[in-house]
Amino acid sequence: MNTIRITVNGVEHTVAASSTLQDLLDTLRPEAEPGAPIASAVNGTHVARQARATLVLQDRDAITTFEPITGG
Amino acid sequence: MPFPIAGVELSSRFFLGTAGYPSPLVLEQAIRASGAEVVTVGLKRQLAQGCGKPVSNPQGQGYFEIIRQSGARLLPNTAGCHTAAEAITLAQMAREVFDTHWIKLEVIGDTYTLQPDPFELVNAAAELVKQGFEVFPYCTDDLVTCNRLLDAGCRVLMPWGAPIGSGQGLLNPYALRTLRERLPDVPLIVDAGIGSPMDAVQAMELGFDAVLLNSAVSSAHDPVLMAEAFRLGIEAGRKAWQAGIMAEQDMAVATTPVTGRPFVLA
Repeated sequence: MNTIRITVNGVEHTVAASSTLQDLLDTLRPEAEPGAPIASAVNGTHVARQARATLVLQDRDAITTFEPITGG
Repeated sequence: MPFPIAGVELSSRFFLGTAGYPSPLVLEQAIRASGAEVVTVGLKRQLAQGCGKPVSNPQGQGYFEIIRQSGARLLPNTAGCHTAAEAITLAQMAREVFDTHWIKLEVIGDTYTLQPDPFELVNAAAELVKQGFEVFPYCTDDLVTCNRLLDAGCRVLMPWGAPIGSGQGLLNPYALRTLRERLPDVPLIVDAGIGSPMDAVQAMELGFDAVLLNSAVSSAHDPVLMAEAFRLGIEAGRKAWQAGIMAEQDMAVATTPVTGRPFVLA
């Protein structure tokens, strides 16, 4: 299987070469409810929720994910 | 009396931050006691964990459900951003996660004072307004910067009273008074630095439209009681502004209308 190396929140991961961003998030958050609030960015650019399933990850992509927290 | 801000009518002039409370229950009770109709929230990069594990944050989901259930309008922030690009990306994420186009825009220029970077702030504000956001910029009390933010399309300004979380109160009342006088039609909210209800009263007596604070309530020994204290102070300060505060005098001015000395008939 062809694989690529990416980082998720600064940690290296190896995933299948054809993985989409949605595939990755499903793997990382298998117990999350569908629609659970999470935001994502690839290489510093926001990827909207509806675009995750069609965004194919590339080698060396840096993925960051964000969740809601309290704030001032 | 309801007042308009960013296209909506609000009754409460108390905007409350949601960070740092000892428990979700205390936060829930504090929101209720404050009467706040707008509360601030944030986004945090998830901590990396192994595949197959859900990611959670102790200041995250449990609190978030409490905040959602409060019914308050959410004002997400861009805390931690140091460039316009970062703030724009985080604002886009916040819009998606919180389902609101309101954004408290923070672009920090100095890590020691957390003072806003006026240049990056204006650039970010201009872009976000173009993208349809209602931008609430956390800014300094500098009049020219505030004017540039208005030029960029902001309809609300949130100048600081003092550095975030410092509780020092209003360090420069002159600058805040100048903002009020020079921008009479712009909704102004003092954001950051408020330490006690006295500071909130002062802000409202200066004619500010609202006050945003967090640590002064969440750090109190009894946050719920302090939330109520601030609610009362903000209401009192607003009423005092509306009523018109008497001018100060250097010398005493007799209050009781006696004629000369009461026991001396001259």
